[in-house]
Amino acid sequence: MNPRQRWGKQAETKRGSRVIELSNVSYSYGDRRLFSEISLALPAGSFHFLTGPSGSGKTTLLKLLYLELRPQAGQIALFGQDAAGLSRDQVALARQRIGIVHQDCRFLDHLSVADNIALPLTVAGRNVAAERGNMNELMSWVGLGAQATSTPPQLSGGERQRAALARAVILSPDVVLADEPTGNVDWEMSTRLLSLLVELNRMGKTVLIATHDLHLIRQAKAQVSARVLRIREGKLQLAGSDL
Amino acid sequence: MSTIAHLAAQLSGGDAERMVPRTGITANLTMFAAGAMAFLCVFALALLFSTSRVAERWASELANTATVRISAPAGQEEAQVAAVLAVLEQTPGISSARAMSDDEQALLLAPWLGPDLPLADLPVPRLVEITEASGGFDAEGLRLRLRAEAPGAVLDDHTRWRAPLIEAADRLRSLGWLAILLIAASMAAMVTLAATAALAANGQVIEVLRLAGARDAFVVRAFTRRFTLRAFTGAMVGAVFAMAAVAVMPNPGAAASFFSGLGFRGGEWFAPLFVPFAAAIVAFLSTRLAATRRLRSIR
Repeated sequence: MNPRQRWGKQAETKRGSRVIELSNVSYSYGDRRLFSEISLALPAGSFHFLTGPSGSGKTTLLKLLYLELRPQAGQIALFGQDAAGLSRDQVALARQRIGIVHQDCRFLDHLSVADNIALPLTVAGRNVAAERGNMNELMSWVGLGAQATSTPPQLSGGERQRAALARAVILSPDVVLADEPTGNVDWEMSTRLLSLLVELNRMGKTVLIATHDLHLIRQAKAQVSARVLRIREGKLQLAGSDL
Repeated sequence: MSTIAHLAAQLSGGDAERMVPRTGITANLTMFAAGAMAFLCVFALALLFSTSRVAERWASELANTATVRISAPAGQEEAQVAAVLAVLEQTPGISSARAMSDDEQALLLAPWLGPDLPLADLPVPRLVEITEASGGFDAEGLRLRLRAEAPGAVLDDHTRWRAPLIEAADRLRSLGWLAILLIAASMAAMVTLAATAALAANGQVIEVLRLAGARDAFVVRAFTRRFTLRAFTGAMVGAVFAMAAVAVMPNPGAAASFFSGLGFRGGEWFAPLFVPFAAAIVAFLSTRLAATRRLRSIR
């Protein structure tokens, strides 16, 4: 079974149905209002970019999508369920269906790279040893086959981003959310990471990438049908040909 | 059964525990505190058992006997002793009664007045020792009859000696229980502090675990297992040292004072073996509480 078959399986959402939906969501940091009544729907299998200037709220919006933050107003629905009504265990289960690539990667530095990538398997109670074959295959797919026993601080910026991507997809999630996945890497590496994300989308995953790298967006649009959303003055807009 | 299964599941989370980096100083402090508390707890247990034994001994030794003291003018003494013995012989609930000899009385007074006591030259009352039957006797009825038959006879059923002694033993026993409760509470407080510190230091780890899809039970397990095992190990060492210390305490025998008789007898030696398990349960509950409280602040 090749990686395309392996991590493309277990799609629990029908293509086109809404996996994540925001309705009139508002969020403020103290007195500073970041979003005002924004709405967003991510259909299954779609590819979105989220762009905007630094400090516009891209990371905050992603945190709202994977429920790290609660909106002060409005509603968030994950896989058709109102997030406000989810118990803590249900939030955990919903997150197992969302692969997250954090901007700062957020690794557990005392564990090996392989253990960090296997983290979603471990917390989901899966037998990591039994999935060692899949793990090795995935690590080779992201080009980290030789770094399995290294620790995260020993990795370069690009390697960390690829390890974070591998961790995000190890459970074959329905959605992949990536926050500036190419922020700390050179052009060649960012092209490689984009290819991996495009490939995941072709496997049926819903992909949302927060980035301010317009070159990356143009490069992606040449390979996949991607929509570009822009945060401007607290509102979410669909970007047009000005990109 | 489900509680035991839940506890076993909480303690078997090796994978969960690995997710949290080890903190040497917290681990050592927790083990040391658990060891010290277990040491004190074993001594409190020894105190409990000893007071129980002493209370039982005092109660049983004094409960089955009584004394009649006869102070009569010279010449009437023997007649009154004979009258008292006759009354006692007819009293239900008394299995035997005998007048103590001069030598026996001298032996009783020797600790206070020294040996070679010229008993005949002193106005020492005659004593009659009574051994009660299993049902006991009617002390008030006997007093009335003695007053009629032998005016110089006074019945002492040891109640006024026994009551304060038993009360003192009961108080000591209560203090022993209080000490054990305070030790358990102190250990809970110390483990909670250590666990809270570890949880605060690993706040980022907990966030990463939650964002990777970990349920609260997984995160709680990562910490409870570690602290439970540390407390158990520390308490085991402390309890073994305390048992050894109790075992080598000098015991000059039943005649010795109460404190030199502090220790365990026979099956009582099994009791300290439960201390490490109790420490583990206290640590488990304390850590679980601290972890649950910490998780409330993380989405």
